[in-house]
Amino acid sequence: MFDPIKVLSPSVSDLDDEAYSLDDFEGVDSRWCHRCGNNAILTAVQKLCAEEQLAPEKTVFVSGIGCSSRLPHYMGTYGFHALHGRALPVAEGIKIRRPDLHVFVTTGDGDCCSIGAGHWLHAIRYNMNMTVLLHDNQIYGLTKKQVSPTSPRGLVSNTSPHGAHLEPLNPLAATLGMSNISFVAHAVDWVPSVLCDIIKQAFHHRGLAFVCIMQRCPNYLPDHFEEYIKDPERMVLLTHAQGLQVEDAVAKRFKHREEHDPRDIDRARELANNRERVPLGILYRNPDVLCYEDVRAGVEHMSVSDKISALEREFDKFTVQPAS
Amino acid sequence: MNDSTALSELNHEQSSPVVAGEPQVQRLRDHVIEIISDSGEGAQKCGQSFASIAAKSGHGIWTVEIIPAEIEPPARSIEGASGNRIRVGSFDVANGGDEADLVVALNEQVLLGRVRAGALKTGCIILLETKWRHHQDPSIVAAYTSTHDKLVADGYRVYEIPMEQVCLQHTSTPQRGKNMFVLGMLNRLYGQDLKLAREQVAFTFRSKSADIVDRNYKLLEAGYDWVGDNLDLRFEIPSAKREQAQIVVSGNTSLALGIMASGMEICAMYPITPATSASHYLSEMFESVGGLVHQAEDEIAACAFAIGASYAGKCAVTITSGPGMALKQELIGLATMAEIPLVIVNVQRGGPSTGLPTKVEQGDLLQAIFGTHGDAPRVVLAAATIEDCFYLPITARKIAEAFNLPVVLLTDANLATAQQPFARPRLRKDWFAAPVDQSAIPEGEAPYDWDRTTGLHRRFTPGQPGGMHTLTGLAHDRKSRVAYDPATNEEGLRHRSLKLAAFQKTLTLPEVYGDVDGDLLVIGWGSTKGVIEEAVEQLRAEGQAVASLHLTYLQPMASGIGDIMKHYRQVMTVEMNWGDRVDDELIDMENRRYSSLAWLLRARYLVDVDCWTEVQGQPLKPRSVARAIRNKLTRG
Repeated sequence: MFDPIKVLSPSVSDLDDEAYSLDDFEGVDSRWCHRCGNNAILTAVQKLCAEEQLAPEKTVFVSGIGCSSRLPHYMGTYGFHALHGRALPVAEGIKIRRPDLHVFVTTGDGDCCSIGAGHWLHAIRYNMNMTVLLHDNQIYGLTKKQVSPTSPRGLVSNTSPHGAHLEPLNPLAATLGMSNISFVAHAVDWVPSVLCDIIKQAFHHRGLAFVCIMQRCPNYLPDHFEEYIKDPERMVLLTHAQGLQVEDAVAKRFKHREEHDPRDIDRARELANNRERVPLGILYRNPDVLCYEDVRAGVEHMSVSDKISALEREFDKFTVQPAS
Repeated sequence: MNDSTALSELNHEQSSPVVAGEPQVQRLRDHVIEIISDSGEGAQKCGQSFASIAAKSGHGIWTVEIIPAEIEPPARSIEGASGNRIRVGSFDVANGGDEADLVVALNEQVLLGRVRAGALKTGCIILLETKWRHHQDPSIVAAYTSTHDKLVADGYRVYEIPMEQVCLQHTSTPQRGKNMFVLGMLNRLYGQDLKLAREQVAFTFRSKSADIVDRNYKLLEAGYDWVGDNLDLRFEIPSAKREQAQIVVSGNTSLALGIMASGMEICAMYPITPATSASHYLSEMFESVGGLVHQAEDEIAACAFAIGASYAGKCAVTITSGPGMALKQELIGLATMAEIPLVIVNVQRGGPSTGLPTKVEQGDLLQAIFGTHGDAPRVVLAAATIEDCFYLPITARKIAEAFNLPVVLLTDANLATAQQPFARPRLRKDWFAAPVDQSAIPEGEAPYDWDRTTGLHRRFTPGQPGGMHTLTGLAHDRKSRVAYDPATNEEGLRHRSLKLAAFQKTLTLPEVYGDVDGDLLVIGWGSTKGVIEEAVEQLRAEGQAVASLHLTYLQPMASGIGDIMKHYRQVMTVEMNWGDRVDDELIDMENRRYSSLAWLLRARYLVDVDCWTEVQGQPLKPRSVARAIRNKLTRG
C-alpha cells in the first residue's frame, strides 16, 4: 500500500543512478503568485512523476486556459497548453492515438465547469485512462477576479459587484451524477500529504480519475478558504482500506472522519452534496467501468501492404468493368 | 468516338422480341432523366442502377440525388419528391446538365413539385403512373386528372403508364417492385443491353434470396417488354468502348476512400448535413484499414480531438459542413499557432446560419482562408470533381505534414451526393503516412527551429526523448516558451506566413480551358468546373473568344494567374455564393460586395474582376452560365 510519509519526503537516494529525479520534471520557473495554491499541486504532480519514474518523454500534461493551465509549462515532460475549455478533447485525441503515453489534464473551474462544461461531462462518459486535476479556486484569476460557476452565492467580484446571484455549481455532485463515472476524489491544496496520496491513487486508477482540488487564490480571494482551514466542522476526512489512509498526525487535524467505502456511490453522492461539511478523500472508485479506448480498435500495427489490400477489396465493390 | 460502331453494337446485342414496326430511334448527344417517387418506393435504387448500366456500356454519367427535406414526408406530397437525376452522355459528363428531358413519376404530386422547382425542360417527356386515375378516393382522382390535364396543356408530352397494374402480374407488393419495372422501361427506351441490366439487378439484390432476385428479373423484363409493345419512343446515346475499370461512387464516398488511402488514421466528426454520409462510410470501413472514426460531443471537440491525435501521432482529419467549420475556427487557429498538421474537410452547404442544410453553395471560401482571429495562414484547396474528392485528401495530408499547418479541403453538397465514374486508382505505398517518429532529439535542437527562408521546422512528437516542451497557443519562442516580447511575436508570425510562400513555390499553374487569349476569361473553383467548361464550349462553338480557368488551390494561389488574366479583355468569376447585383438600385462600385473568389482576385491582382453568381441551392446549369457569359460579352 502507498506510504504517504514517503511522498512527503521522497528519498531520491532510493532511486537508481539512471532514474529520473524531481529535477527531471521541472520546466520553466513557475510564474504563479506567491502562496498560490497551484504551487502545491505542481509539487504534488512532480513528486508523483518522480515516485512513479515516469519517462518524461512518455508523459503529457494537457491544459486549457487559466492560471491552472499554465502548469504544463512548469513540467519537464511534454505539454500541450491548448484553448480555453478544450483540454479534455485534446487529451482524448492524444490518448486514443497513443495509449502508451501517460496523460494528465490540468484545468480550472472556469475552464472545466464553464466554457468546457460539455467536454467535461463527455470526458467522464468516455472514461479514458487519464488523470484530470480540477484546480477549483472558485474565481477567475487570470482575467482578474470575475465570478466563476463554483463561486459561492454572494461572492463579490468584478462581474458580481453586488454579490454572485446564483448558488454555485458543485463539481463533485455533477460528476457523481454522470453515468460511467469511475473515480472521483476531493483534495485541498493545504493538506499536501492527502493531495499527493489522492493524485497517486488517481494515477493508478484505470479510467478517467477526476480529482477536484480546492485551491487558494491569495491575490483575489485571500481568505476565501480560511473557514475550511480553521474550522474543523467544515470538513470530513474520508478514509478506508480501499481508499485514503492517513497518518495520525494528519488525521488528528480533522474533527470529523468517516470510513467511506469508495464503492458506495449512494453515500458518495450524499457526501458530495453536503456543502456544510466538505468531504476530503476518495468518494468513488470503480475500476471495472468500460474505457473508450478498450472498445475502439487500435490504429497501430497495420502494414501499408495490408491497408492497400483492404482498400483494393473496397474498390472492387465500386468498380464498373467495361462491358465485354 | 465512333458513333456508328456503338450503334451497331447496341442493335446487335438487343435480343428481346421486337414488335413489328420498331419506332424511329432518336439519336442524342446526352439526355437528362429523372425518376421520382414518394420516399421508400425505390426511385433512388432505380436511378443508380440505370446510371451504373450506362457507365458499364461506356456512357458518361452524372447522377444527382433528389432528396426531400423531411425524413418521411407524407405520401403524394409536392415537397416529397425523392429520386435521382441522371445525365447520360456520349462524352465524359462532368455536371448534372440543364433541365430534365425525360421524367418517370410514380405520382403526379411529386411530379408537380419538380415542375414547380423548374426542373423540367419545356416539352419534357413524362412517363406517369396512371393508377391514380382509377383511385377509390375521388379527391385523388381529381388531383391526378387536373394535374395531368394542366401538364398536357402546358406542352409536356405525358405518357400514362399502368405500372402498378402490370407489376401486379409479377408481385403482390408492386410498390416495392415498381422501381425495377421502371428500370426495364428505361433500358428499352435507351436501347441498353438487357443482359447488363440483369447483371445489375443480380448485383443490387446479391444478399437476397434467389426468389427475390428472380422476381426482380421478371419485373425488369416486364418493363422492358411493356415499352417494346406499347411505346413509340426510342433513344440512342452513342457510347465509347472503355478499356479501363472505373469506380462509381458519390463524392462523399470518394472522399472517405481518399482519407483511407491518405494514411490518415483518425477522423473526428460531429453529425452534420451534408458531410455526414462520408463519415457513415468511413465508420463502416475505417477500422478495416487500421483507422477509426470518433463521433465527438460537438464540432469543437471533434476538432480538438483531431488536433490531439495529430499532435501525438500522424495527421488526423475532421469532416464538417459550414456551421461546424465556423465552430472549429478557434482550434484551427491553435493548429496554425502551434504548427500541428490537421486536415479539415468542409462539405459546403447553403448559409449563413442553418441556411440550406441539404443544398449546395460555395459560401465558405473566405471563412476557410481567413476565418479565425489574428493572422492564421493555412492552405485551402477545393475539389472540382468526384475524382478530386479521392485524390485531394491524400494531397492535403501530405501538405499538412510537410508544412505543419492546417489544410482545409472544400467540397460541397453537389459533389457529396453526385456520382461520376473515374478511372480506378492505383494505390501507392507513398500515399500512406510514415510511422510516427519516435527517435531521440539531438541535444540543442528546439521544437520551433524555424528555417529563416522557408519557416519550416521539425515537429517533435511525444515519445521522442529529448524533445520535451510545452506546445502552446500563446506567442512563443523557438523553444516553445511563452514569449510576449515584440520581436519574438513577429518572428513567429513571419515564419508561419513564410511556410505558405514556401508551399506556393511548389504549385503549378492550372491550364486554361479554351483560347489562350480573347474577350473573356471565366474563373471558377470547386464543383462548378464541369458546368463552366461546358458553357465555355458552347460559347466557343458560337464563335466567341472565351476561356475558363479553374483553381484547385485557393490559398495560396499558383504564380502566373495574373499573367493569364492579362490575355483577356475581361475577367469574371462564376460562383455559387452571393455577389451584389449591379442592377440593384443601391449597388455601385463603391459598395458592391463581390463574390468570394472575385474579392480575392481583385485584391491580389488589382484587376477589375467581375462576378456572376447564382445562390439558389441548386447546382449551376450550363445553360445559365452560358447565358451569363453571353450577357457579359454584350454588356462589357
